[in-house]
Amino acid sequence: MNLRTPLANTRGLGSAKQGTEHFWHQRLTAVVLVPLTLWLTTSLFMLNASDHNTILTWINSPPNTVLLLVFIISAFYHGQLGVRVVIEDYIHSEWQKISCLILVNILVVLAGLVSVLAVLKIFLGI
Amino acid sequence: MAEFTLPKNSKIKKGKTYSAAEGVKNKKTFKVYRWEPDSGENPRVDSYEINLDNCGPMVLDALIYIKNDIDPTLTFRRSCREGICGSCAMNINGTNTLACTKYISDSNGDIPVYPLPHMEVQKDLVPDMTHFYAQYASIKPWIQTQTPPPPDKERLQSKEDREQLDGLYECILCACCSTSCPSYWWNSDRYLGPAILLQAYRWIADSRDENTGERLDDLEDPFKLYRCHTIMNCTNTCPKGLNPAKSIAEIKKLLVSRTI
Repeated sequence: MNLRTPLANTRGLGSAKQGTEHFWHQRLTAVVLVPLTLWLTTSLFMLNASDHNTILTWINSPPNTVLLLVFIISAFYHGQLGVRVVIEDYIHSEWQKISCLILVNILVVLAGLVSVLAVLKIFLGI
Repeated sequence: MAEFTLPKNSKIKKGKTYSAAEGVKNKKTFKVYRWEPDSGENPRVDSYEINLDNCGPMVLDALIYIKNDIDPTLTFRRSCREGICGSCAMNINGTNTLACTKYISDSNGDIPVYPLPHMEVQKDLVPDMTHFYAQYASIKPWIQTQTPPPPDKERLQSKEDREQLDGLYECILCACCSTSCPSYWWNSDRYLGPAILLQAYRWIADSRDENTGERLDDLEDPFKLYRCHTIMNCTNTCPKGLNPAKSIAEIKKLLVSRTI
């Protein structure tokens, strides 16, 4: 039985004093991703039907490597921020919510690392 | 998980039909949500066919006509009948609005009338507003100052500063906006919702208030504020033509601006 007053229920544990960074970073990465996605899709379209060596040479060019890395990091970070919001919106059981958030973070870090290392491997010629 | 279907005892059944007298030509059918907490029965939708020649032009007129002349058990809130008290907020023809300022002639065909969505229903069209009002109290909707008021006059405000409150002070707390917001549906236990956030911004924007920082501190929370995903149902549905989504965006802008 809950005999707390409605105001006590509403005020709950108070403000977490955070959320602004999440909001701001989501917008920043969204803005960064607009030109980068255009650049990447245009480049992939131009590279269509190219052979393996041509694509490796394209990735090897320093500006392309840098832009690819920025794209990968921004996209995975943006995705993580977005999925976190969806989980918080719809999953109300605490343990399920926390498990999902941890799982998503692990997956994002792993997939992001694999992608970044793949680009670096080509760039460094390892 | 969020629930996407109604629980068994909330499933809506077909209710009674009240037809208009024979020979009535100018008539309209209102399909009204009914639920009696003491009956133990599921909610139902009753159909009332009313003679528009005997009824005023607004949906509230029709509801009063039904209660007075057809079915006195119909329960709803109403008071000012001129869009200033917010009592008769309900879902009419799929949109949250005030029954007293909604013309019957705005809707073609039958008019469904339901209580405000996703609120606990007390009876028929009457939702439980306890939590909503507690949320309002939680943002301390009164002026907070450190400086004592001048002994011989009121606290002054420039015309420009006063204009900052336009579009905010008009809110009548009818809850149409909050109960149209999916984020409020799923997370109203923690999310304050558009009406309360608009009211919070009303005090943040008030040049005479000296607790702006503390007010922003209290709102800076992933759930209290940042459940707003700019869905804009609030602004679409506001029967007073206000823009709660803009107020929420202004709060977010202030929170960002104090970090950079």
